[in-house]
Amino acid sequence: MVVLLLLLIPLIGVCFLFLYKGDHKFASAASLKLSFASLLVMCFRLCYWNTPEQLSFTAPWLTSLGSSFSIRMDGLGTILSLLTTAAYFLLFWYMKSRTIERPAAFFAWLLLAQAGMLGVFLAMDSLLFYFFWELALIPMYFLASQWGGARRIPVTFKFFIYTFLGSVFMLIGILYLQSKTADHSFALESIKKIKLTSDQQSWLFWLFFIAFAIKLPVFPFHTWQPDTYEESPTPVTAILSAIMVKMGILGLLRWVLPLFPIASYMWGDVVMSMAVAGIVYASFLAMQQVDIKRLIAYSSIAHIGLMTAGAFALNQLAYQGLLIQLFTHGINILGMWILVDIIERKTGTRSIDSLGGIAQHSPTLTIFFVIIALANIALPLTNAFVGEFLLFIGILATPSTYYWVFAVVGGLGIILSAVYTLRMIRAVFYGQPNATSSMPITLSWHEIGALVLIVGLILFFGIYPQPLLDMTADFSKDLFGQTDITSLFRKS
Amino acid sequence: MQSSFQLAFLIPLLPLIGFLINGLGRNWHSKQWSGLIGSGAVLGSFVISLLVFQSVEAGQDAVIAYFDFIHVEGLHIPFAFQLDALSSLFLLIITGIGLLIHIYSIAYMREESSSSFARYFSYLNLFVFSMLLLVLGSNYVVMFIGWEGVGLCSYLLIGFWFKNQEYTKAANKAFIMNRIGDLAFLLAIFWLVIKTGSASFSEVFDFILANEGTAKFTATDLTVVTLLLFIGATGKSAQLPLYTWLPDAMAGPTPVSALIHAATMVTAGIYMIARSHVIYSMAPFTMSLISWIGLATAFLAATIALQQFDIKKVLAYSTVSQLGFMFLALGSGAYIAAVFHVFTHAFFKALLFLGSGSVIHAMGGEQDIRKMGGLSGKLKITYLTFMIGCLAIAGLPPLSGFFSKDAILLNAFLHHPLQYGLALFTAFLTAFYMFRLLFLTFHGSFRGTAAQQAHLHESPALMTVPLILLALFSIVSGWIGIPSVLAHDADWLSNFLSPVVGSVVHEVSHSTEWILMALSVGGVLLTIGFAWYKFRNYSATESKGVFRFFEQKWYVDQLYDKVVVKPIAYLGKLFNEWVEPHLIDAFVNRTGKTVQLAGKQIRFLQSGKIGTYVLFMVLAMVTVLLIQFFIRK
Repeated sequence: MVVLLLLLIPLIGVCFLFLYKGDHKFASAASLKLSFASLLVMCFRLCYWNTPEQLSFTAPWLTSLGSSFSIRMDGLGTILSLLTTAAYFLLFWYMKSRTIERPAAFFAWLLLAQAGMLGVFLAMDSLLFYFFWELALIPMYFLASQWGGARRIPVTFKFFIYTFLGSVFMLIGILYLQSKTADHSFALESIKKIKLTSDQQSWLFWLFFIAFAIKLPVFPFHTWQPDTYEESPTPVTAILSAIMVKMGILGLLRWVLPLFPIASYMWGDVVMSMAVAGIVYASFLAMQQVDIKRLIAYSSIAHIGLMTAGAFALNQLAYQGLLIQLFTHGINILGMWILVDIIERKTGTRSIDSLGGIAQHSPTLTIFFVIIALANIALPLTNAFVGEFLLFIGILATPSTYYWVFAVVGGLGIILSAVYTLRMIRAVFYGQPNATSSMPITLSWHEIGALVLIVGLILFFGIYPQPLLDMTADFSKDLFGQTDITSLFRKS
Repeated sequence: MQSSFQLAFLIPLLPLIGFLINGLGRNWHSKQWSGLIGSGAVLGSFVISLLVFQSVEAGQDAVIAYFDFIHVEGLHIPFAFQLDALSSLFLLIITGIGLLIHIYSIAYMREESSSSFARYFSYLNLFVFSMLLLVLGSNYVVMFIGWEGVGLCSYLLIGFWFKNQEYTKAANKAFIMNRIGDLAFLLAIFWLVIKTGSASFSEVFDFILANEGTAKFTATDLTVVTLLLFIGATGKSAQLPLYTWLPDAMAGPTPVSALIHAATMVTAGIYMIARSHVIYSMAPFTMSLISWIGLATAFLAATIALQQFDIKKVLAYSTVSQLGFMFLALGSGAYIAAVFHVFTHAFFKALLFLGSGSVIHAMGGEQDIRKMGGLSGKLKITYLTFMIGCLAIAGLPPLSGFFSKDAILLNAFLHHPLQYGLALFTAFLTAFYMFRLLFLTFHGSFRGTAAQQAHLHESPALMTVPLILLALFSIVSGWIGIPSVLAHDADWLSNFLSPVVGSVVHEVSHSTEWILMALSVGGVLLTIGFAWYKFRNYSATESKGVFRFFEQKWYVDQLYDKVVVKPIAYLGKLFNEWVEPHLIDAFVNRTGKTVQLAGKQIRFLQSGKIGTYVLFMVLAMVTVLLIQFFIRK
């Protein structure tokens, strides 16, 4: 039941805000309270509510089709729900300090997206999963196309078509799987019982993988992403890149790897090559960007590339690293977007060519930016280090002939990320202030509060990551049990 | 456990607290407070380090685990410290010299605003914290945490005066070149974890000792791991080919150059290899590579130092060169000699840098030695202590550099006669460029402006007292490792370190040793004489031929720019301006158009606005599903 509560709280907000409207102050305060309630539920879930009954919920739904409303919170669901509730709370707290047009609708769409994404993270029925998958997409489309920048219409159109086409492939795959189950059910458990030949696994793998690869995005399916990130209002970009991309990783971990383990192994080299090539390619592009948003967008592709490679490393350490990286990456990139939004709001520009010397008059902002940027490049004792550390060990242990190529090429990202991040810091914050950047940027308490919490999370989990590791240990062990190549081949 | 060991956690913690207090309170503290907090924190660490050192000297050692950093199935990495001879010796160097440099900085940085003064001390404390983690860690991961931490502090301090974009450029260069080495270090750790299942020194070494040469740990594994670790060391310790960041790092305040870029951080690579001596001793190929790289770096940097005119640049190249000597020692298996040279070098190089700081201070920021000359009259203490530093680095007995350099040369002689010859020649070059620096700065007649001449003054006591103390240690610190040929059983250092890093027993006759010593001392004396002849009355002349080549630093920076930096920028441009829009995205758009066209053909979508249709499809589906859901319920 607890899990249902997590879905319902944002939906209450959606109904409420769509019906009653209200100004920015009202809408943001209401959303903040709801997001805090969600976070509180999540904290109670972590501390007290641990029984299987509390963690799952099933209701009949489309029974004639063989689907049921079945949600359950496992380790993967836990860490992603924690990320979602925490990120929403932090973002809404920050948003108290900025205004937005048509605030009620804006916050309502954001809350609907929250419900949709939580549904994706918790669904244990493939049709329900698909339903939430599309449900999460729609609010994002509206948010980007109505509140976005000048090129928003063509850009969001492309974003929508691209991701929608991907999910159509997935729907075909889901329908096929349902037809193969013994009890004609969409339930994950039933699907897992199907005996698939490696050929069947192969093409099903690609049907699902394309959908997730577009969502992530994995090189070369990424071209919608920088445009969409750039054109969306920054709070929306934050949700897209902090939480929504995790839907793709979740798709890989919950659906692709356990259902098609043989195909995941067979196509592992291809996917890994795409992923690590993407790391280097996106890093090179990030070095060239002038717009901070585009720069971070490309750096995000590089991060996602590493996570994708980790998913296909098919070993427990990689899974473990990936699972905690889901959380840490979300928090760090959220911090980056909040800072970018602050800079853009106060200086009126995102171009690193017209900024410079901000450190001179705005040291507090600079300190936040440097810490979060360093976390983004996984400096030790920041939260991202442990995740990347385990991911890389996992990638080096990939059951593939090219394991060391993947690790070395992927590792180049470690160097390149420093290059583009330090370039950005230097161009934006150092040097002599100019006309646009000489105004001191003072931070409101909401802004400082959200940023302090983010930095706190960065340092706490950077020094003591064990709680996150414990949270996901069972899931990664379980997943490894289902995808362990040596035992799979011994069986067949 | 020894009670002093129970306090060991405070050694890094105190500077961390100092960092937090100064960092968070930078707008409220007065300068006195900032300086006091910063120095006091390091003083506390120093006192505890002394206690720990005492216990270790009495034969104790320990590994203390504090908490689990990473504990997952198949991998356990505790946050643990290792207290033994090697780490305790480094603790003393870091906190001892660190303390003197903190005190010196109070005077040196006094013209900064109080918030930037506090920022300076907070960075400096953070550096000490990271460096202490680096040497205290009982596994490669904690070591790496410190390793990247010192890199970060180095970056922050090189770019301390961030309004100058030349300085921040040097800061970026240092961080990025270090990261190249860091990647190799990380890959080595990954490799070790996969092969041995651990990152702890003792477990890794035991595993490799037990399984070396078997399928569990092949000879290739050994070579790969040792090479990768060594590449990591070349980044941090400024060896070929990753040394070019260090001379640029002189953009930072001079006390920073003394502490980070001479005495402590840059010796991290030597510490790492000495710590890993168990595996290095099994890898002859890597060892031989290390010795040659070290020697080549020592020689290259010494030739460049001959022709530099910036007082700090000369010292920077001299540091690169001396680090090369240390790697030469490591490569010839003489770990103790390498650590010995780290120890003595820390004193005399910190002394020389702080001395140069005193000179720069007196000259009102001037760093060009062509504009100095004849400073010995006005800066007596600086001059005398600087001369002691020069004599120590040149290697004249009984100053410290003589003993450590003699140990390195002796080992090189036993290892490879050609290496000995080159190393000896480089030692002469060292004496030559150092005394060139001394004579150009302090002798002859003053070549600066009249205003500078009027400004000349000896530095305040806060600066000269550290100089005097460092000068004292530059004289005596070599006496902990007096070879048996000079005094029986006086080599305390070998006895102290050999349980940890092992020792090589070499059979060499006393007469050979005497001859080697006489050769080096005689050569150095002649070189100094030659430098006196050439530079006592300096007048600027254009350098020609090979000296022009040295002055231009062998054109290595230009080479890297052409071979690495430019191609990467070009590739990025190519990706950004052509591949991304005209290849990948064009393909995506083409596909999209085709789908749209197909849609029009079958007249399914009459308006052609596919987006609207798709959206309605989804919305309709969502609504249907929702209605279904509520009805069924």
